[in-house]
Amino acid sequence: MSAQITRVFVVIVALFALLLVFTTRWTVIDANKLTNNPLNVRTLIDEMRIKRGRILADNGAVLAESVPGPSRTWNRAYPTGPLFAQAIGYSIPAKGEAAGLEMSDSSYLRGLQTGLSSVFGQLTPTRVGDDVYTTLDPRAQRAAAQALAGRPGSVVALDPRTGAVLVMYSNPSYDDNHPQSTGPGQSLLNRATQASYAPGSTFKIVTATAALDSGLFTPNSVINGNSPLLVSGVPLHNDGNQSWGPQTLTTAMIYSINTIFAQVAERVGRARLADYMERFGFYAKPPLDYPPSEMRASDVLSFSGRPLPPGSPQEDVGRMGIGEGGVSVTPLQMAMVAAAVANGGRLMTPHLTARVVNSDGVTVKTITPTLYRQVMKPSTAAALTQMMTRVVEEGTGTAVQLGNISVAGKTGTASIGPAGSNLTQPSFVAFAPANHPEVAIDVFVDESQGGYGGTVAAPIAKAVLQVLLAEGK
Amino acid sequence: MSARNRELIGLIPASLLVTAGFAGVFIQRSSVISNVSLTYGAIFLGLCLVAHIVIRLTLPEADPYLFPLVAALACFGIVVVYRIDPAEARRQAEWFVIGLVLFVATIIWLRDYRRLERYRYTIVAVSLAILVLPRVPGFGEYANGAYLAVRVPGLGAFQPEEFAKIGLVIFLASYLRDTRQVLATGGRRILGVTLPPLKHFGPILVIWGLAMGIMVLLSDMGSSLMLYGGLLALLYVATGRASYVVVGLLAFALGAWYLGSHISHVHARVEDWLHPFNPRLYHAPLGSYQVANGIFAQAAGGLFGQGFGESVLSIPGTHGSTLLPNPETDMIYAVITGELGLFGAAAVLLAYLLFVWRGFKIAVLARDSFSTLLATGLTAMFAIQVFVIVGGVTRVIPLTGVTLPFISYGGSSIVANFVLVALLLLVSGPARGRLLRRRR
Repeated sequence: MSAQITRVFVVIVALFALLLVFTTRWTVIDANKLTNNPLNVRTLIDEMRIKRGRILADNGAVLAESVPGPSRTWNRAYPTGPLFAQAIGYSIPAKGEAAGLEMSDSSYLRGLQTGLSSVFGQLTPTRVGDDVYTTLDPRAQRAAAQALAGRPGSVVALDPRTGAVLVMYSNPSYDDNHPQSTGPGQSLLNRATQASYAPGSTFKIVTATAALDSGLFTPNSVINGNSPLLVSGVPLHNDGNQSWGPQTLTTAMIYSINTIFAQVAERVGRARLADYMERFGFYAKPPLDYPPSEMRASDVLSFSGRPLPPGSPQEDVGRMGIGEGGVSVTPLQMAMVAAAVANGGRLMTPHLTARVVNSDGVTVKTITPTLYRQVMKPSTAAALTQMMTRVVEEGTGTAVQLGNISVAGKTGTASIGPAGSNLTQPSFVAFAPANHPEVAIDVFVDESQGGYGGTVAAPIAKAVLQVLLAEGK
Repeated sequence: MSARNRELIGLIPASLLVTAGFAGVFIQRSSVISNVSLTYGAIFLGLCLVAHIVIRLTLPEADPYLFPLVAALACFGIVVVYRIDPAEARRQAEWFVIGLVLFVATIIWLRDYRRLERYRYTIVAVSLAILVLPRVPGFGEYANGAYLAVRVPGLGAFQPEEFAKIGLVIFLASYLRDTRQVLATGGRRILGVTLPPLKHFGPILVIWGLAMGIMVLLSDMGSSLMLYGGLLALLYVATGRASYVVVGLLAFALGAWYLGSHISHVHARVEDWLHPFNPRLYHAPLGSYQVANGIFAQAAGGLFGQGFGESVLSIPGTHGSTLLPNPETDMIYAVITGELGLFGAAAVLLAYLLFVWRGFKIAVLARDSFSTLLATGLTAMFAIQVFVIVGGVTRVIPLTGVTLPFISYGGSSIVANFVLVALLLLVSGPARGRLLRRRR
């Protein structure tokens, strides 16, 4: 019988080999496919077991932290709630959902796997991520929220020298501790990066950049400022239909004379204007360390609301020159315009992340300022700075004056709503101190009943600038 | 070195395993090495030493590797069960003690195990009777669509197939000792296969009927497959007729196919096996959730595993093993693979294979055909039980509820398998003794 027993043993060895083959199939061959199977929640649970790092403001204030949840998991808590919700976003590992910096800096927050631990896994039972220090300034952010005083709108402030985002506030906000139960008066939309605002006259900075940098105009070029003016076959009016007569480009900037800028834009032409818009960052998603899905490119929209390609013949270039004609911007984009002028034409890459510090307190990564684009010649930037300084000194932007600190700015008041309605979208772009800029800022208020950029938006910019400049930013 | 000294040395890895295992679980739980881990190690080593001394006194020449292998598997099992549920591990430890007591009792009382032959009809009758107990109203316990257990007041669930498998092997080994000569002779050759006379298909018809009966009555595919496989192997070894195997497997396949398409519970298990990742089956009650998550748990293990105590068994915020149902019984192989990886799983399979090898070695060396057949049947039954449950977890075959011997949580399983090992050692003792004396 021993021959039969041997044969039975051989069959059993074969059966066990089959078990090993199938175990190998699941553990090695098909492992990736199985791990990514949508029915498999282990990946999500593993995420919940990672103690994600904190997100902190530039002064060390905690904006996001991990708190213990059930079964050795971690939950996310946001001590500052709505104040920073739009910038920081949220992370719900249990659902694999994230937004804002929580999403874009996730690889840091989860802890980068380096060296031996990437091969053999972590030796410690809990995986601990790295802390992310942001460039955000809590006091200025709070000042922005207070100055907006509940009105829908947005404030973005940059350090023009580095591209650091100092303020990113959007109202209405939401409580990122409960992102999935946004009630009335709350919004997940980050106006700072996603809104479609009409820039109005703040766009005249872009028009003037193209006009001066191309050599077609100088600040002293004289243009007729009478109103109305036929632009693309439709009359264009100055504010209050005021006829200014022949004026220099500088004066046109100071008093925001529409008809002059419409003529300048038409001289500059669609192609050249589009070229300068692209240099400022239009027509592309901003190079911010923020989820691309939560940013939109600033561009020009057709009547039906479709984005037009740069320099499209459908453009009403004259009206674009005064920030109408379908020009659609985000507050971040206009802050970048101000920052480029402020930094001598050198537009720095905007960034929210300052540095990454691991759980041992060692800085593992520091974000160094990088040049995004040389938008214009330094001389153009200097000329624009002078013009914009006079806007604040004597023109439409006097409301932002800061005593002995000179401020360069430009107001914007786009007409929105049906014709005849008094609805406006006030905005303000500024940087200060004008001679050695430390802060560039853009303010938008969604709508106002006849308010101007200089009366509605400028005071908000002033409040935030005061805080930032007092801190020596 | 004498057989018993080899056995003693073989117990060292087992006691180290249980100590290291508990230490590992404690470190993972609370980052401290409690001296409880040493206590556990010491208790198990002590128990194994007692059993070893009994073997030394009663069966000095018996196979030296079998008991250390069993000790290692059982110690490993108790650590894995402890990692899943400390309370169940304590009950498992109690069963471990009861199992060892029964092991020692079997060795002492059944020194002359051939006495069993005299009671073979009583044994087979009792085995068949307890097999159908789960179906008896008031006794049976219906779980996951099958009648798998009997509720015994004060003791908990009792799984009769674990004991019935031993009884059936004893009966068939004894029966075949008498009839195997007859069964092996005669017949016509058709297509190169010698077919025995029709009347000789009686035994296979009986075990086939038994297997099908279990499936129809109890909806228990696992026990059916295990008992049928073990008894068929025994029939083959006794007669040397491949035709029994061919006809037997065909008959089983036919029966299983027919029942698989006609008994809803069996059919559902087959569907879950074929399409575990079908979202409809996955979310259905008693659907493929368990099979699919067993596979996911193994995938999480990779080559080296996530580490002891590191795999996820429950969805955070819920109680119990909501992510991997029945981790301590059906799914324990998936837990092992997830935590110790392919290498850990391979080591477990290798340990079982070594056990099977020693079992068959005992069968080959045995002094008479009853002993050979008894050892063969018990070993084959043991091996097929491992195949049925591991095959179910790894999706080689549909998942069914039999235990992984000595590792899975379950009193009946651990006690019955200790008796099984005692019988193997009883066969081995005199056989090896005779062999060694002849060599001298």
